[in-house]
Amino acid sequence: MGIFSKFVAKIKGESTADPLDWQVLETELLGSDLGPTLTSQIIQSAKLIKGGDALVSLTQILNEHLSAKSRTLSKSDQTTVIMVVGVNGTGKTTSVAKLAAHLKSSGSSVVLAAADTFRAAAVDQLQTWGKRVGVEVIAGKEGAEPASVAFDAATRSKELSSDYLIIDTAGRLHNKSDLMAELEKVKRVVEKTLVVAEVLLVIDATTGQNGIAQAKIFTEAVAVTGLIVTKLDGSARGGVALAIESALDIPIKFIGTGESDTDLAVFAPAAYISGLIAD
Amino acid sequence: MFDSLSSKLTGAFASLRSRGKITSSDIDATCSDIRAALLESDVALTVMEPFIETIRAKSLAALPTLQSGTNQAQAIFEIVSAELIEILGGAARRVRFAKNPPTVIMLAGLQGAGKTTLAGKLAKFYADQGNTPLLVASDLQRPNAVTQLQVVGESVGVPVFAPEPGNGVGDPVKVAEQSLAHAKTKLYNMVIVDTAGRLGVDAQLMQQAIDIRNAVNPDEVLFVVDAMMGQDAVRTARAFEDGVGFDGVVLTKLDGDARGGAALSIAKLTGKPIMFSSNGEKLTDFDIFYPERMASRILGLGDVATLAEQAKKAFDGDATAKLEEKFARGDDFTLSDFLEQLEAMSKMGSMSKILGMLPGAGAMKKQIENFDESEIVRTKSIVQSMTPLEREDPNVLNGSRRARIALGAGRKVQDVNSLVDKFTAAQKMMRQMRKGGGVPPAMAQGMGIPAGMGAGIGGHQHGGQKGQQPAKKKSKSGNPAKRAAQEQG
Ligand SMILES: Nc1nc2c(ncn2[C@@H]2O[C@H](COP(=O)(O)OP(=O)(O)OP(=O)(O)O)[C@@H](O)[C@H]2O)c(=O)[nH]1
Ligand SMILES: [Mg+2]
Repeated sequence: MGIFSKFVAKIKGESTADPLDWQVLETELLGSDLGPTLTSQIIQSAKLIKGGDALVSLTQILNEHLSAKSRTLSKSDQTTVIMVVGVNGTGKTTSVAKLAAHLKSSGSSVVLAAADTFRAAAVDQLQTWGKRVGVEVIAGKEGAEPASVAFDAATRSKELSSDYLIIDTAGRLHNKSDLMAELEKVKRVVEKTLVVAEVLLVIDATTGQNGIAQAKIFTEAVAVTGLIVTKLDGSARGGVALAIESALDIPIKFIGTGESDTDLAVFAPAAYISGLIAD
Repeated sequence: MFDSLSSKLTGAFASLRSRGKITSSDIDATCSDIRAALLESDVALTVMEPFIETIRAKSLAALPTLQSGTNQAQAIFEIVSAELIEILGGAARRVRFAKNPPTVIMLAGLQGAGKTTLAGKLAKFYADQGNTPLLVASDLQRPNAVTQLQVVGESVGVPVFAPEPGNGVGDPVKVAEQSLAHAKTKLYNMVIVDTAGRLGVDAQLMQQAIDIRNAVNPDEVLFVVDAMMGQDAVRTARAFEDGVGFDGVVLTKLDGDARGGAALSIAKLTGKPIMFSSNGEKLTDFDIFYPERMASRILGLGDVATLAEQAKKAFDGDATAKLEEKFARGDDFTLSDFLEQLEAMSKMGSMSKILGMLPGAGAMKKQIENFDESEIVRTKSIVQSMTPLEREDPNVLNGSRRARIALGAGRKVQDVNSLVDKFTAAQKMMRQMRKGGGVPPAMAQGMGIPAGMGAGIGGHQHGGQKGQQPAKKKSKSGNPAKRAAQEQG
C-alpha cells in the first residue's frame, strides 16, 4: 500500500487527521506539480472533510478545481481554424499531427500549415507527418514569414472548403515579447480570412510551476482556448495543468500519451485526477 | 508572475535585520520562508527538506557567534547562499578530453529537452576553441531529427555524420559505432552523439541508449534537462542514472523565466555536476554553468550578472558604437535610433523580467507586475510603420502621413501624435543633455519605457560631455541594465 492510500485509510471515517498526515498529503500533491498555492487550497478544503470516504472526498475537492468550460473543440461554419502554440519542445508539431489523424479518422478533411519557419527542419518535420497521416501541408519558402504562411494556408483551406485548418507554430518562450508579438500577428492575419476557433496551448507534463506563467502570458497574447497536455506516458503526472485550470479557467482538451499519431486522447477528468493522487 | 518569493525572502531577511538579536524562532520563520521560495522554484521535495534542515542546523550552530556580530541577517543569508552554491557547483569540472582522440560526448535526455540544438552549440563551442568536432545523427526516431542536425551542423560549420535517413529507418547503435571509425580516419578530435529523446520509464529505449553508450564508450554522457522541469526531475534523473548513466548535466532554456529548481534537485540527488547552460535559440546562446547565478535565480533574488551579460549582448556591437559616434558628432537622436534601442531591449526579454533581475526587485513588485509589455510592442509598431525619411526627420509628418502610419500600425492617429510629441520633446531634452544632466524619469515613462530604462535615451549621455564638465567620476548610465553592465566592467 502506497503512502497516499495509507493516508486515506487513516483519516477514513474520522473527523481529523493529525499534522503528520497533512504533511504526507501535502507532499503527494506538491510532488504531482500542483504547486504550493493550489496545494494549500486543497489541504484547507480537505481539513473540512468530516467522516465519509476520504478518497472520494479528496477526488471531489480536486474535481472542483477543474474548469467548467466545454472540453470539445468548437466548430466554425466555414473551415475551423486551430492554432497550436507553446514553448519550445513541448510537442506542438507531434500534437498537430495527432489532431489531424484524430479529426481525419472521424471523417473530416484537414489542412496543416507549417508556420514554424524558424527552427531547423521544422517544416520538413511537419511535412513528414502530413505524408504519414495523409493530409495536405501548406508551407512557405524558406525563411518565409510565419504570418504569411498562415494566411496562405487560410486562403487555401477556404478554397478547398476543408473542415479544419491546423496551424503549427514555432516554439517560443513566453517572456520574449517580440516572439509573442509575432504569434499575435499570425492570429490577426489568419482572422482576415477565417475565424480562429481554437488556440491550443501545449503543456509538457514534466513542466513545473513555470507552466502557469506560460498559460497566463500565451493567453494574454492569443487568448488560449484549451490545453493539450503531452508526455503523460512518462512518469510525470502533469499536475501543473490542474493549477492552470484552477487559476486561469482554461480547460484541458486533449492529452498526448506517446510519439505516434494515434497517441492522443480526449481529456478524461477522472483518469487524470486519479493519476495525480496515484501512488 | 512576480510571485511573492523574492519579496518574501527579502522581507524575511529584512525582518531579521531589524531585530537586535536573532533567536532560534527567527531562524525557524526564515527557514519556512525559504521553503516556500524553493517550492515555488520546483525544487524537489526530497531534496528540499534535508536542505532546509541543513540551513537550520548551520544557522543554529552559528547563533552564538551571530548574536555578538553586527550583520546577523547577512550571515544567515550567506549560509543559505553558500549551501546552494555548494550543491550546485560542488563537483564542477570541465569536459574530460580523451587521451587518444576522439573525445566522445554523448547526449541523453527526455523528448523535447533540447538535445539537437545543444549538440550544435557544443560543436560550435569546441570548434571555436580549435577542436575539430564531428556531429553524429543517432536520433533516427523523431521525424526529420537528422535533417535538423544537418541544418544545425551546417550553420556552425561542423560536419555531420548521418549515414541513415532516420524517421524510423536505420539503427542508431550502428550509426554511433560507425561514427567512431569515421572520426578516426578523418582525424576529428571530438565526436558529439545526438540521440533520440526517451522517457525514463521506457525500458526498451533506455536499453537502446545503453547500447549506444557501450558502442562508443563516451568520455562524457551529458544528461540534458529543460530548466522548466518540475518535480518529475527526480524520477527522471534517477531513471537515466540507473539506465544509461551520466557524468554531467546540461540545463537548457534558461532564457525563459523558470526558476530552475530542477537543477538543484538533480545536482543534489545524483551528485553529478551541472556543466553547461543553454539560454537561447541562437547557436551562440551557450555558456559554462555558473552556480552563483543559479543560486540567486532559484532563490528569486536579483541576478545582476546575467542581466549585465544580456545587456551587453543586446546593446553591444556596432549599433551602440555608431550611436555614440553620432552623439559625439552632435547629430540628433532619431526615431531610427530609438527603434534600434527598443529592439535591443526586446531581445533581452520582457521588461518585467529585466526589471525583476535587479536586486531588490521584490520591493518594486507591483510596478513590475503592472508594467504593460505591449506598450513597447505598440511603440515599435508605430515607428516601424514610418518611412526612413520620417524616422530621420519627424518634422515631415503631416496629417496624411500620420494617418497612414496609424493604419499601418493598427493604432489610432492620436497614438501616433502622442508618440511623435513625446519623441520630439525627448529629442530636445537629449540636446540639452549634451550639456550634462539626465533624463527626467517621467519622460522616459511616457515613451513606453519605465523610468530609468530609456535605453539609448539615457545611456549615451557621456558622448557630448567632453570638456563641458569637470572630469569627476565617470558617469554611470541612467539605464539600470546598462549601468549593471558598466558596473560589472
Ligand atoms: N513520449 C512522448 N513524447 C512526445 C509526446 N508528444 C511529443 N513527443 C516527443 O517530444 C519531442 C518534441 O516534439 P515536437 O512535436 O517536435 O515538439 P515541438 O513543440 O513541436 O518542438 P519545437 O517546434 O522545437 O518547439 C519529439 O521527440 C516527440 O516525439 C507524447 O505525448 N509522449
Ligand atoms: Mg515544432
